[in-house]
Parts: sequence; structure tokens; C-alpha cells
Amino acid sequence: MTGTATGQLTAKDFTTDQEVRWCPGCGDYAILKCVQRTLPELGVRRENTVFVSGIGCAARFPYYMSTYGFHTIHGRAPAIATGIKLANPDLDVWIVTGDGDALSIGGNHLIHVLRRNVDVQILLFNNEIYGLTKGQYSPTSRRGTRSPSTPKGSVENPISAAALALGAGGRFVARTVDTHQKRMPQILKRAYEHRGASLVEILQNCNVFNDKVFSHITDKSVAVERQLHLEHGKPLLYGADDSHGLRVTPGKFELEAVTIGENGITQDDILIHDETNRTLASLLAVMEPPALPVALGVIYCDPAPTYGDGVKQQEEVADGEASIESLLRGGDRTWTVMG
Amino acid sequence: MEGNTAAARSPQREVVEEVVIRFAGDSGDGMQVTGAQFTQETAIFGNDLATFPDFPAEIRAPVGTTFGVSAFQIHFGSHEVRTSGDAPDVLVAMNPAALKVSLDDLKVGGMIVLDEGTFNRRNIAKAGFDSNPLEDDTLAPYQTLRLDISKMTLEAVKDLDLSKKESLRCKNFWTLGLMLWMYDRDRRATVEWLNKKFSKRPEIAKANVTALNAGHAFGETAELSSNLVGFTVAKTDVAPGVYRTVTGTEALAWGLVVGARAAGLKIMLGSYPITPASPLLHNLANLKAYGVTTFQAEDEIAAVCSAIGASYAGALGVTSSSGPGIALKTEAIGLAISTELPLVIVNTQRAGPSTGLPTKTEQSDLYLAVYGRNADAPLPVLAASTPTDCFEVAIESVRIATKYMTPVMLLTEGYLANAAEPWRIPDTDDLPSFPVKFRTDPEGFQPFARNADTLARPWAIPGTPGLEHRIGGLEKDSVTGNISYDAENHQHMTDVRAAKIAGIARDIPQQEIQCGEETDVMVLVGWGSTFGPINQAVRQAREEGHSVAHIHIRYIVPLPSNLGDLLNGFDRVLVPEMNNGQLLTLLRSTYAIDAEGLNKVSGKPFRVSEILDAIRTRMGDAS
Repeated sequence: MTGTATGQLTAKDFTTDQEVRWCPGCGDYAILKCVQRTLPELGVRRENTVFVSGIGCAARFPYYMSTYGFHTIHGRAPAIATGIKLANPDLDVWIVTGDGDALSIGGNHLIHVLRRNVDVQILLFNNEIYGLTKGQYSPTSRRGTRSPSTPKGSVENPISAAALALGAGGRFVARTVDTHQKRMPQILKRAYEHRGASLVEILQNCNVFNDKVFSHITDKSVAVERQLHLEHGKPLLYGADDSHGLRVTPGKFELEAVTIGENGITQDDILIHDETNRTLASLLAVMEPPALPVALGVIYCDPAPTYGDGVKQQEEVADGEASIESLLRGGDRTWTVMG
Repeated sequence: MEGNTAAARSPQREVVEEVVIRFAGDSGDGMQVTGAQFTQETAIFGNDLATFPDFPAEIRAPVGTTFGVSAFQIHFGSHEVRTSGDAPDVLVAMNPAALKVSLDDLKVGGMIVLDEGTFNRRNIAKAGFDSNPLEDDTLAPYQTLRLDISKMTLEAVKDLDLSKKESLRCKNFWTLGLMLWMYDRDRRATVEWLNKKFSKRPEIAKANVTALNAGHAFGETAELSSNLVGFTVAKTDVAPGVYRTVTGTEALAWGLVVGARAAGLKIMLGSYPITPASPLLHNLANLKAYGVTTFQAEDEIAAVCSAIGASYAGALGVTSSSGPGIALKTEAIGLAISTELPLVIVNTQRAGPSTGLPTKTEQSDLYLAVYGRNADAPLPVLAASTPTDCFEVAIESVRIATKYMTPVMLLTEGYLANAAEPWRIPDTDDLPSFPVKFRTDPEGFQPFARNADTLARPWAIPGTPGLEHRIGGLEKDSVTGNISYDAENHQHMTDVRAAKIAGIARDIPQQEIQCGEETDVMVLVGWGSTFGPINQAVRQAREEGHSVAHIHIRYIVPLPSNLGDLLNGFDRVLVPEMNNGQLLTLLRSTYAIDAEGLNKVSGKPFRVSEILDAIRTRMGDAS
């Protein structure tokens, strides 16, 4: 084995000998590389790190990480991860999931892991399609998506992972893109450092069943106009030379895109990103082109006591070492039969 | 006042060997509390006993209706008591509906104690009587003690500053006082319980104690002035030791804690509320001081998954539910089988299918336990037979789960969970020890290399340096645990998973005959809560001269290795079960024997007489 528990680790130390079995060109490769590159920078120990996944293409992720890994069943990774954290709160637990796994079959568990604020990192690979079952529409597929199970187009409205996470009471919500190799490590780092449940939605291209589904956001020709990279305390600017920005529409409680220098708009009119503001976060989470850019980066981060904190507090009071004698004979309801 | 002692009794007390009393009333009348307190005083007095709490699924069903009747039956005696009793000798009926529901069960000539004050036209009609049963000949076959308990309770507490409604709520304790007098029991434990229960509302405690004493005093006074008779039931001769009463739920919770201690593990219970399994969650939630963490999950699936996660990380994962919840857990149980992680799954069975009869007992999840998963997915199945047996079965489940790295299904029943009996508290020095050894040595570590004896894989938990590995529900290579699609490997892994569970038969006790001899003509084979009625029926049949034996199975998977030979030695095998023939099918398919079923699915336990009749029918007249 390479590396040691305490020595300097590299991306290679987080790589297993297992052949990666995603389709060539899949966005998952880029995410895997990024995670393997970022973990050494976080100073984590391999033996203290657990990757837990459900079912789907993304769920193969743990096999490729030379940490502890548990590939579980469809949608249930958050519940398994909660049990892991309850048994050993000192472990670093990462959940790797997809849009079907997290938002369809496992929707309930995602809600509750966020609501309880279990101290885990959730990486949600959103490719707006069921890949492993060969291309059916998913809960994040847009209306009209044609797929084997919706030959005439989906008639369902998609769910927003980030908006759902905020609604469930999540205290850390971020979004990034599979190919954003420079920005993603920063977001992973923030997610790791956040105490409590952190949800990172990663827009991920499925080049086989849903190729270019995010090209209206990610294509070089439009990226600068359609991506807003959030920074706490900085104005919500985007576009070439930060020519555009967001403001609250006067007289309405909504965001609008404005151009600096047009209609008397100046830098002073532009909203400042406050990642602790849940109301602002809920507006940023649902922005969509063409009217508004897609918000990328840390949408919301406002730490609160974790589930583990509360559990630990009660257990410390109880101490856990009381004698069996006191359990079986406790109380005053015993009587003795003499021989 | 202080509860008085059993001394200085009137000489007129009639001596009886055993009694079955049923307390029945509206679900708001506090019949479960009344029964539980009578049980406690009876246990402390020194009688063996068995109880049967029977209550509606509705928390507060409409007042005065028959479906809102809540009942608590206790059977106690001066000899060993094995069942909660076929038919009550005494019925305490707090309203017309309670009388209506229980009348058919009462022994002819039995006693009825009823609250006359509730027999108004409205209540009588609600109960479904055509005319007032106190005025027609409905009660002619019985001895009826008509008392205006409502009025006497109001009178007893009139000097306390309570509303009429609050005052009337004490009438169950007035009745309890009378019944404790009638059977010569103490009141001290009840007084202590009331003072503790209502420590924040001492006026309520005082009112109930006052009512309790008034009911008791009424008995003493009436005895002198009328023909009211008290009874004496002598103490049961039992082994020396320290005793207490336990319900099946308490015994199970304590057994899990003792088992986890024996293994050197903490417990993580993942559970979701469901009748009648929730009391186990409540019980364990109060045992944090004993190394128990409880997690009320968002659903049944999350409950079992959290327990699996906890086991993966080095705790003893436990999940508990009833049939519908266990059905939801089945995919995850398959994951625990595939990844070979310890897990204890408690199924407190209830009547089904679907929602069925949530508060009624049944033992119809044997198929679910043994077969209810996709693919070849064997796991050990154990069943508790009495409330106190839950303690030992829980310890044994933990032992098998940790030693063999497997989920274990522990079957209990609504009846066992709620019923109480006296329990001789074991000496803590006699409790078992089977410490778990986690794998720590990286040298030659392979996640699926097996122990040659047990075929268990090593338990290597996250946090251990050098043992980082990946597991999952995909088929694994038989050594490395890496994903394997190899055909021969899958055959091998399927075989070895089955062999591991089958091999547990070498590590469990041989099947014993609970009553009778190998040379008897017929054997009754049971499992679970039918132990009491089967055993009692077989004993009575033997007294009648029938050549019949009783075998009760605790280990359903794997079955004890000598069971087939044992069963083959009898001419007839009769399998009484509270289902449509599930153990029967298992025995027939395993041993190709011509066993016959005796099946009951009414939501109520077998009566001894039902089983005895079945024996007589098959065995003819006793020779």
C-alpha cells in the first residue's frame, strides 16, 4: 500500500486497483478525479473516510476510492450513512448519489438527513436521466424529455435539488459542474468543512443517454452569460467583464438580471451575496436561463448544531456504562423467595 | 394510608387453586392499568401468573361501544400457570358494552362484578342489548355482584377538590381495591406506583389511593354484613431467588442489552413506530445509560438501513417492527445478508395481511421470516415462546448475529410483547460472554476470507488503518470482496451463504421434548406463544391417559439437527399454530412427514380446551 495514515497523501493514494466502469466520456470520471485530488488537500485519513452510495451509475463511486466504501441499495445511502455516524461520529462520511437515487426512490431519506443535519457530505450527480437502466427520464428531467418511457415527451415538472434541500432545512447547499475542475475542489472543501449535512449538486453530463443536456449552460459560447459564480460578500455579477448583475425588481419580491450602465444601473444597485440568507438562497437556487443565469458555488451556508451533537449530549449525560445488575434489579418491584 | 398486610383475615375465605379474572371496560376506563397493578400485587404475593391484555386499535373509541372495550385477563394460581386462561371465573365489567363483549367467554356459574351506575338506557342500547340485562334473565347463569361503583367512587373522593369527571376517573382504582380485598392481596405496590406516577399532581394520586382504599374497605364491610365472599389462593411453590414481573417487551429489551454487553458492543436501534412493536423502541430509548442509542427513522426502510450502517461501523445494529414494517425492510435485509453484517431484526407479529388487526396477536409471519426475500437469502430465525423467554432468545440472537456475521430474525408476537409473568432474575455472574473481535491486522486481510469453522467473514470496521475496503450488494469475489460477475464465484457464494446458516445447527441445543416421551404416539409441535396452551393441553391429555408429547421449537432456521429423527419417531404430528399452516409447511417440506395442522387465526390465543379437544378427537377415548 502506498501512503500512510499520517504521511502526505496524494490523489494516487485515494485510487483503487479496480477498473473504472463508467462509459468513456462520462462526466463521472471528472468528478472522481476531482475528489481524489481534493481529499489529500483536506488532510483526511483514508481509514477515517467512508464513501456510501445507493444505486445508479454514480453509486459505483466507492469502488474507486481507496477508503472505506459501502455500495448499498437504491436511495438508502443517507439512512445507512446516518447509522454509520451514530455508531461512530468521528468518521468522515461522504454520500454519493444521483438524481434518481436521491430525488426519486430516496427522496424521503434525503429530506430527513438534511432536516436532522447529520454531519455528512452529499454529492448529488445530476444528469437528468436514468443512465444505468438505459435512459428513462428522471425526476430532474425537463418537461418534454423524450426517453424510452416517455416516447412522446415527459409531462412532469422537474424537481430542483437545491430548492428541495433548502425546503428540507439543509444548512449547506452548493452547486457545481463536472467539468469545473478548478472551482469544484473549493466547493468540496467548503462542504467538508461545514459541520452538518452539506449538499453539493453536481451538474454531470451523461454522454450516452442525455448528451449536452447542460450545454445551454456549459457551452463555451454561453457559459459566461449563463453562469453566476457566487462568492459570499461579493456582488452578484456575471457576464463578460461582469457586465451583468442581479437586483431585486423594484416593487416586486423577485430577482431580475440587469446590465451595468443601462437604464441608470450602477454597481450599487447589485445585490451582495450573503450565503447565510435563506431567503436569498431560495431565489438563487431556482434561477434558470434564459431569463436568469444558473447559480453556481455556495448558495447557502449557515451552520447549526448537528444531529450528532444532540445525540452525544444525551449520551454523555447517560454515560452508557451502567451495570446490568442495576438494569435487571432496578426499581422497587422485586421480591425474594427464600429457599 | 399504608397498604395493610394479608394478616387477620376473616375465616370465611374460600380456598381456590387458581382463578382467571378479566377486567373489562371502556378504553378510557384504565383497565390496562388496573390489570397491570393487580398483576403486580399478585406476583408480589407469590402466585405464578400469566396475563392477556386485549385492547382496541383506536386510542379512544367512541365511549360505551363494544368495539371500544379494553380488557385485561389474568390467570393466577397456587400451582404453575402456563396460559392466561381459557374462560374467566370472574368478569369485572365497568359498563354494559364490557359485559356484552365478555359474557360469552365467562364460565357458567362464574362471577360478574359490574358497575350498576353505568347501566342506563343509553349505554345499554349502545352495547347492543335489547333490554336491560340487569332486569331480564341474561345474567341468570352467573353470580352477579351489582354495585354502583360510580356512585361509591364519587362518595369516596367527595371531600377532595376534584371535578366530577376527575372523580369518576378513580373508579378503576375503587374496583381494584375491591378485587385486591377479594383475593387477599396487598395494596402497597399500587399506592407506591400511584404516588410516583402522579408525583406532579399529588391530588390525583391521593384521590386514586382514597378510591383504592374505599373499594377495599367496602369488601371488608360487606363481607361482614352480606354474603360477599373473599378467596384465598395460596402461594405458588417456586425456586428461591429474586423475582420481578416482566412483559415480553421488557425482557426482550433487557436481553438485547445483556447480549450486546456479552459481545462488548453498543446497541444502535433503528425503528419506526408501529403497533405492537413500538414499546420496544420506547423501552430501549430509556436505556441510554446501558450503551443504547435509539434512532426513530423516517420510515421502516431507513430504520433497518440505519441499523445496517451502525453494524458496518462496529455497533450492534438492531431494528424492530411488526409484519407490515418487516415487509418494507426486506430489500435491506438482503443487503445485510449479502454484505454479511450482523443485525437483529425483531418482528412483533400481529394479525394480517396488510394492516390487518394491529392490536390482535397472530403468528403468521413465519413464511416472511424464513422465505420473504428476493433470491436465495437465508438467515437464522428464532422465536420466543413466553414473555420471559424473550430475554434468552434476544441474547441468543445477538450471539448468532455477531458470531456468524449475519442478520437474525427474532420472532415475537403482540401477545408476548404485552403479556406479563413473574421472572426469576438471573445472577449476573451466570450471564454469557461472547466478546466480538474486530479485525485489526492488515497482514493478509481479505474482507471475505472466512473462518473455517463458522464460515463467518471478518468484521473490519471503518476507522481501522490498513483495512480500507469496499463492500456492497453486488456479488462479491469470494476472497477480496471486489465486484465479481464470475459464474462459478456466484455459485460458490450462494452455496457458502447457505452453508454458513445451515452450519449454525451445530452450535445450537438439540431439540428437547417439553413434555412426554419419544415413545408417545402423537406429538404436538409448536413455536412461539402457543407454548402455554399446547403444554397445558398435552399435560391434561396425558393425565387422561393419552400417549401424547409436546415439542416446542425455538430455532426455526436452522432447525435443530435431531428434530427430523425425533418427529419421525411419532405416528402422528399435529402442529397447532395461529396462522394457516406455516410451520406445518416448513416441517412437511423439510422432513417429508405427514404432519397435520391445527390452525386458528381469530386474533386471540388458543384456548387449552381447543387443543385438548383436538387431541381427544385424534386419539379416541383414553385407554
